[in-house]
Amino acid sequence: MPPDLWSLYALMLKSRLFEEVIAKLWHDGLISGEMHLGTGEEAIIAGVVAQLREGDAMALDHRGSAALLIRGVDPVLILREMLGCPDGLCGGMGGHMHLFSKEHLAASSGIVGAEGPTAAGFAIAAQYSNPGAVAVAFFGDGAMNQGMLMESMNLASVWNLPVLFVCKDDGWAITTQSANMTGGNLNERARGLGIPAVEVDGRDVFAVWAAANAAIERARSGQGPTFLKARCVHFEGHFLGFQLIRIARDPLREMPDIALPLTKSFLRLTGATMRERIAGLKTVMASVLSTLRDPRRDPINDPVPRTRASLQSDPERLRALEDQIEKDVSDVAAYALAEVPS
Amino acid sequence: MSTMFFTQAIDDALAQAMADDPRIILFGEDVPLLRRNLLVRFGPRRVRGTPISESAFLGAGVAAAMAGLRPVVEMYMVDFLGVCMDALLNHAAKVEAFSGGKWTAPVMVRVPCGGGYGDGGQHEQSLWGWLAHIPGLSIVVPSTPADAGGLLLAALQHDGPVIFLEHKLLSETWLEFLGSGGRRTVQYDVPANGAKGAVPRRWEPLPIGKAMVRRTGSDVTIVSAGVGVHRALQAAEAAEREGISAAVLDLRTISPLDRTTFCEMVAHTGRLLVVDEDYEGFGLSGELGAVALEAGVSFKYARVCTQTTIPYAREREDQALPNVKRICSAIAQLAGEER
Ligand SMILES: Cc1ncc(C[n+]2csc(CCOP(=O)(O)OP(=O)(O)O)c2C)c(N)n1
Ligand SMILES: [Mg+2]
Repeated sequence: MPPDLWSLYALMLKSRLFEEVIAKLWHDGLISGEMHLGTGEEAIIAGVVAQLREGDAMALDHRGSAALLIRGVDPVLILREMLGCPDGLCGGMGGHMHLFSKEHLAASSGIVGAEGPTAAGFAIAAQYSNPGAVAVAFFGDGAMNQGMLMESMNLASVWNLPVLFVCKDDGWAITTQSANMTGGNLNERARGLGIPAVEVDGRDVFAVWAAANAAIERARSGQGPTFLKARCVHFEGHFLGFQLIRIARDPLREMPDIALPLTKSFLRLTGATMRERIAGLKTVMASVLSTLRDPRRDPINDPVPRTRASLQSDPERLRALEDQIEKDVSDVAAYALAEVPS
Repeated sequence: MSTMFFTQAIDDALAQAMADDPRIILFGEDVPLLRRNLLVRFGPRRVRGTPISESAFLGAGVAAAMAGLRPVVEMYMVDFLGVCMDALLNHAAKVEAFSGGKWTAPVMVRVPCGGGYGDGGQHEQSLWGWLAHIPGLSIVVPSTPADAGGLLLAALQHDGPVIFLEHKLLSETWLEFLGSGGRRTVQYDVPANGAKGAVPRRWEPLPIGKAMVRRTGSDVTIVSAGVGVHRALQAAEAAEREGISAAVLDLRTISPLDRTTFCEMVAHTGRLLVVDEDYEGFGLSGELGAVALEAGVSFKYARVCTQTTIPYAREREDQALPNVKRICSAIAQLAGEER
């Protein structure tokens, strides 16, 4: 059955608006600690998660809220968890990186790469006692260099486990450009372990849906794991308040604090040769410059309006849908915020 | 004397050490940007970024140390040592023993630890007791900028593996990076004297294994490390107003432990209160009790530690970590009746 673009768009928009509420609450100081959003990866999450059914499992990384929302976890519970309420999804114990839903077989971890073993384990249980069910692992491109993830891919390969390994490739791991830290080609890496690899444009929900559909069917019918690499962007950089993005947005405000000690240190008497120092300076400048020219900042990469564009033939239906989702999300926010312990 | 922030002091001491000792190289995830000031001075051969492959680069750091370098390996958080513990547990800690004392691995692991900024139980652990459990590792937990710089220098000169724990609540850069992210809407209970303080003009190594008396007192001896030291000092001041005189000992290094100073301090008051942000069971707090008992000191004992997985919710997090209120009531109880 081909995907219904309307319902995929609805899921993506709901996730986006929901995460915008999270961002607002974080900026207002009502959510503490770090905050990694999935804004920019909605097409990947929706394209995969919309196809999951009862008994399927998800292993999530530090950006798990979109997947849980789309999987059907009550968004009020997610929000109240992030607000630290005792009646939140995890009783206020977990926070945004450690979201769990037992009934949806969904577990998150802030340990990069931990999604691999978790998905493999869910898949062992599926293979053993619930054939036809699958496990999905969502992780980033940086996680591909984590041993336990690679080991899990091998395990899934040799045990023919029903796993869909989804690499959300934004090209970055915090301030590190993955191209500089990743040897070879990731698809070839997967193939080298005996896992078929598929690469799609992660901004294109239809492409993701189609690739995931084939992979999930493969897994359900006992033919083993697939590696799905989907390119995407993260508009907020690594997390909310990310320094490189702040520099890009307001260089005059952010740069002096960075430039001054940098220059002082560069000019210190003892140290490396001038050539070495300049090579160091180039590395630092490259990170800043590649953020300034970052595709993250280009709205053309936003999967939500891209999907929307293909629905504009029916503007009335579109408006009605968007009004409804906006209302739903603001109701969720109002409800979640009704009694927040201060 | 000038003043510095906590992480600024560590980086400053590290720069001094790197200028003096070309064997020191530095690597870890995002290090080129996090330690950009060192990168532009010492160049990309000595200051390197790594993939997210902790088992590989920590294990490599151990062997590079065996081969004559003095690597500083940076880990994002002590919690993530779980991923690559083998490099410490079975390798770094064993080289000296296995080689019959002929070979060591002078690797330094610089790693943020600790909670108090709402990041949840996988990102806020202390784990120094867990690490100190392993013979062959030295565990350093500074509580002030001056100690941080001096101990860092000592760690780099030490002939074995040292885990240098940098408490995030004291670190201006980690707290901004992970806690506030440029927000003015959040506040954290940062101990002012730990976050910023006087530092020497030129760094000198401080002895590893030497505790520091932060406050003298005659009724109760409070022993702690890291942020706990500042919480203890605050509680001791409050106790003073209640007529209880509490001493505060800052361990500074968990392992090796300064048994002499510690036992003297406990013997002096006859009451030991351990304030430990690490987990209560099977850890530092119990060890301290055992050490004092073995030394024949007779004393009353209490502890304020972290007993559970650290909750994400801020108020519950505050209850779970040793806070001033819990320390005050423990002091009152210990010093209680028969004083
Ligand atoms: C084992 C481990 N090492 C390091 C970190 C710190 N860390 C958190 S997210 C991250 C980058 C992850 O990059 P990627 O997998 O590409 O995901 P992205 O954030 O880009 O979505 C790092 C290094 C961690 N959480 N766990
Ligand atoms: Mg990435």
